Amino acid sequence: MLMDNKVTKYIKGMKRVGGITFLLLFIIVITVIIQPRFFTAYNIRNILRWTGLFGILSLGILFVLITGGIDLSVGSVVGLIGAISAYLMVHAAWPVWAVIVFIILLSAFLGLLHGLLITKVHMQPFVVTLCGLFVYRGLARFLMDDRTQGYGTSFPGIRFLAGGRIPSAFWPEGAAPKIFQDWSFPMPFLLLVALGIILAIILNKTVYGQHLKATGRNESAARFSGIHTDKIIILAYIACSTFSGFGGLLFSLDLNTVQPSSLGNSYELYAIAGCVVGGVSLRGGDGSILGVVIGAAIVRVLYNAINVAGVSTQLEQVVLGLVILIGVAADEVIHMIAARRKIHESMALAQRALGEGKASAFVK
Amino acid sequence: MVDNNGAENIHLEADCEKEQAAIKSGQKIGDYVLEVRGISKLFPGVRALSNVSLQLNRGEVLALVGENGAGKSTMMKILAGVYVPDAGEILLDGEEVSIGTVEQATKLGIALVHQELNLCDNLSIAGNVFLGREPKRGPFSSLVDVEKMNADTVDVLKKVGLNISPSIIVKELPIGTQQLVEICKALSINAKIVMFDEPTSSLSEHEAEQLFRVIRDLSSQGVSCIYISHRLGEVKEVADRVVVLRDGKLSGCIDKAHIDRETLIRLMVGRDIEKMYQKTHTISDKVRVELKDIIVPKRAAYPINLTIKGGEIVVLSGLVGAGRTELLHAIFGIDRCWAGKICIDGKELHIQKPIDAIRAGIMLVPEDRKANGLVIAMEVDSNIALPGLVDHLSKRGFINRDKIDELAVRMVKMLDIRLFRASQSAESLSGGNQQKVVLAKWLSMNPVLLLLDEPTRGIDVGAKAEIYKLLEDLAQTGVAILVASSEMQEVLGIADRIIVMCEGKVTGELNPLECAEEDVMKLATESFVC
Repeated sequence: MLMDNKVTKYIKGMKRVGGITFLLLFIIVITVIIQPRFFTAYNIRNILRWTGLFGILSLGILFVLITGGIDLSVGSVVGLIGAISAYLMVHAAWPVWAVIVFIILLSAFLGLLHGLLITKVHMQPFVVTLCGLFVYRGLARFLMDDRTQGYGTSFPGIRFLAGGRIPSAFWPEGAAPKIFQDWSFPMPFLLLVALGIILAIILNKTVYGQHLKATGRNESAARFSGIHTDKIIILAYIACSTFSGFGGLLFSLDLNTVQPSSLGNSYELYAIAGCVVGGVSLRGGDGSILGVVIGAAIVRVLYNAINVAGVSTQLEQVVLGLVILIGVAADEVIHMIAARRKIHESMALAQRALGEGKASAFVK
Repeated sequence: MVDNNGAENIHLEADCEKEQAAIKSGQKIGDYVLEVRGISKLFPGVRALSNVSLQLNRGEVLALVGENGAGKSTMMKILAGVYVPDAGEILLDGEEVSIGTVEQATKLGIALVHQELNLCDNLSIAGNVFLGREPKRGPFSSLVDVEKMNADTVDVLKKVGLNISPSIIVKELPIGTQQLVEICKALSINAKIVMFDEPTSSLSEHEAEQLFRVIRDLSSQGVSCIYISHRLGEVKEVADRVVVLRDGKLSGCIDKAHIDRETLIRLMVGRDIEKMYQKTHTISDKVRVELKDIIVPKRAAYPINLTIKGGEIVVLSGLVGAGRTELLHAIFGIDRCWAGKICIDGKELHIQKPIDAIRAGIMLVPEDRKANGLVIAMEVDSNIALPGLVDHLSKRGFINRDKIDELAVRMVKMLDIRLFRASQSAESLSGGNQQKVVLAKWLSMNPVLLLLDEPTRGIDVGAKAEIYKLLEDLAQTGVAILVASSEMQEVLGIADRIIVMCEGKVTGELNPLECAEEDVMKLATESFVC
């Protein structure tokens, strides 16, 4: 019985996300009891759309968090790229595909810059990305001259990415059956699921994923094992900024108007909150994609629940902060209890072995 | 011969037991400054101490010796309040005490001088000596009374024979003097008992001499000392009595008149050394590894030249800071060599990063398992697979799980790694098994030159013997092996050739069959003599 079989592995994986799935359901049930209107097709659709938009940011920052770093520039990248994409499409009249290629390259370049400064110049991730937070926000305002950018009613093709719904989109406008008119998935959520599946494969099945986890847990040991840790870390920052840039495009399409001074403000904190609720440790080395998606959903559901349940909007951040705090604290306490029980068990084992005069308690 | 030894052993142990029996029956109480009765301490997977008793007379220097993992450090940490024992009692001046925290130990007059220096080297000597206990003055006692602190520090400095200003910043002192500052810290709390944990491991011979003088002084002033070391020579020089621990148990006590090397080693190892180190491998005539004029970064610039034949075990010996670790790191590409050539099987290598070394068959088992050897919180199988992932354990970037499982099972069986599941974290294994996991990592990659830095540090005797056997087997298959070791028995036991280093320079080469510990030590401290 040296290797785990598939079932034990599956159970282990479920145990990790079990707690937060329960938390999500708990919040939903409570909200529905207080205000049944929560469970309307329109409201659920909204939650899914927002979960998709913020979830993509969370997935991006997850890789950076696994390295044990942090990226505070996410929100400013969202603002900068969101503004630039609207400007290029509307004012500069670039073809849509060219804008997409350009913003992906631009945001990847910003990530590369962060990664290089962190690994080669040995700056702290917090400092590098804090500077990014200021610089990109200022740049967005300067380049747009603080003017609001918008798409108007043009570009239906690309706007489908943010506003479209499937499967109702397979029918002509208004012709879909009633059930699909109500219960179709918003595109951002589907994008989140697709990206999540891709990232889950990268994280769990590829050499890069394994190297990323090893580097996050113990960079030095990873280096002593022949892993090019700098490269691993740089790639994580590139992924993070690219996801933020893509998110910026989606947010600008979704809102249709982009205010360079405000789009994306403090979104990095929501992205991190989603990860933290999803069980990611800021110490690095660990994180589950499914957990992050559920975590992002919890944050959005909470926001929505507060509104729907009629809690004063001034209080919404208080509630959000407290729920995250309690959730993470509960998780830590549960882990502590489990760890303590494990120690007691092995102590008992050792004591028994001592009594029997065995050489070691750890014999196969 | 063996029977003889056994009999002597029993005799020694019987002495100890008689003494203990006398204590138990109520005699002699109050004669000892410190008495430890039946102390046991369990750690998950290890029993660090079981039912150990010892006594310490006033003004006595008691040496506590034993191999790594014998329980010396655990005993010391229990007395210093770092660990709480699971069973047993501690008596100070005949009264039972419980030492739960370091502060309590300090209050009771027990001080520990750490093996690694625990000084804030940005503060002055006085600031370090009185750290956390600074004399106060001024309104609300809010200011540090620097004058009083300095004056008091001068007094304790005198006790250790130092006549220097207390306001010197510790960073500017040589290591040996820093060690003395550490002792001053212990003395300034009026310690009745001072414990030394391998205090000479980073000292030159001259500095060690000075330390011994201070210890003798202390003992004549009525302070009792417990001295931990496995350097038998200095134990003989400084101790009044020796207590030997082995595998967490009391293995014998010997008084000054009867201290001799043979007895000590027998009590420490508990078996014939010859059985532990069995040389069976043959050395081929072919030179596999050549190091030409290597200049190691961060060290004094002495070029190092070394050749190793296939199947040869070369051991680098020297004191802490001799530059052995730096040399191994440079060969492995952790720090790039500043100059020089590394050739394997006649082919010159260009090593920029560890991966280049690994591809050429050079692999390193680093000194610090937890920091560098393993991703300690990760699963055992993932650790074993880590270096091979890019090569043979993946296809187009995707991990081949079946191959990893197969490799993990093969390695666990081959090295006899004791675990429940290959997916348990490396953290949950004992030190010896962790080290086997590090070895397993590299054995799967077919090493040509295996570098090992202190391969048996913190490992129990049984696992040590297994690791030596493994190195023997590896050498037999033609692998060149370069070991850095500070443990004298190990150096003499496993080496085909000993290279001694001192301050970044190779000071000599010795044949282990024709030399003694003293010869190695002499070369290891050569450049200190001036």
